[in-house]
Amino acid sequence: MLSQYAFILIMAAIALVLPLAAIILGHILGPRRPDAVKNAVYESGVETIGDTWVQFRAQYYLIGLVFVVFDVEAIFLFPIAIAYSQLSLFAVFATIFFIVLLVIGLLYDWRKGALEWQ
Amino acid sequence: MPELPPLPTISQLVFTGFALFTCASALGVVLARNLFHGALALVATLFGVAGLYVMLEAEFLAVSQVLVYVGAIATLITFAIMLTRSMMYGKTSPLNRQWGKTGLFAVMIFLALYGFVGSIPWADSAPAVLADESMIAALGVEFVTNYVVAFEVMGLLLLVALVGAVMLARDNN
Repeated sequence: MLSQYAFILIMAAIALVLPLAAIILGHILGPRRPDAVKNAVYESGVETIGDTWVQFRAQYYLIGLVFVVFDVEAIFLFPIAIAYSQLSLFAVFATIFFIVLLVIGLLYDWRKGALEWQ
Repeated sequence: MPELPPLPTISQLVFTGFALFTCASALGVVLARNLFHGALALVATLFGVAGLYVMLEAEFLAVSQVLVYVGAIATLITFAIMLTRSMMYGKTSPLNRQWGKTGLFAVMIFLALYGFVGSIPWADSAPAVLADESMIAALGVEFVTNYVVAFEVMGLLLLVALVGAVMLARDNN
């Protein structure tokens, strides 16, 4: 069974080696004559304003946290979904209660306007 | 002629590779001068741990590790660093005044764990693992039968996280 994962490992190794080889070869073989214009930071040809390290807004963190919560919920619901045909009615209600708890949280966030970008 | 030690099997080699990768990137987390680089090294560490889970044939755990820790928690840590202006600027020293005490405790915890792990009589062969799908189904049944209280309490904890985040982040502005 583990041998199936060997493909992923080989794939990961190739994905790591190919760009590394390109970068290292370019570093060794390429000529280097830097000047101010060549070293300038550019994005889409527009000159950059300010520093690269900008402070992000707190709302990103809020959205990130909501994402974590529902990510964890999905992970926990997955095994229950697999086992669904073996479950008793009590177990199904327990699962529904679990989902309702999180829907309450989602409704709260929605009512408070936390899901709207401003 | 003395007998040579047995050659390592492929899975031992892969395990060693994953273990070294995990340890090296964990050192990167601790020693990085720039906190953001430390967070990136943390992503590598979590991937390494996911690889170790796969080696232990705990595939569901490995997928959860990648989905929750690499996908979500690492993103959240990155956001937290980028929100904190003083951390983004310049370099932070990995050492502060308490490094001596902390190092002592780390060594003591390592020795305690080493003694503990060494004293357990480990079985030579692992018990047979259920086939993939039935193992995950068994886990799902456990969630809603034996561990149903813990399962619902965890739902409550997630609800508190959802509400608490909004309370903290929104009511200030």
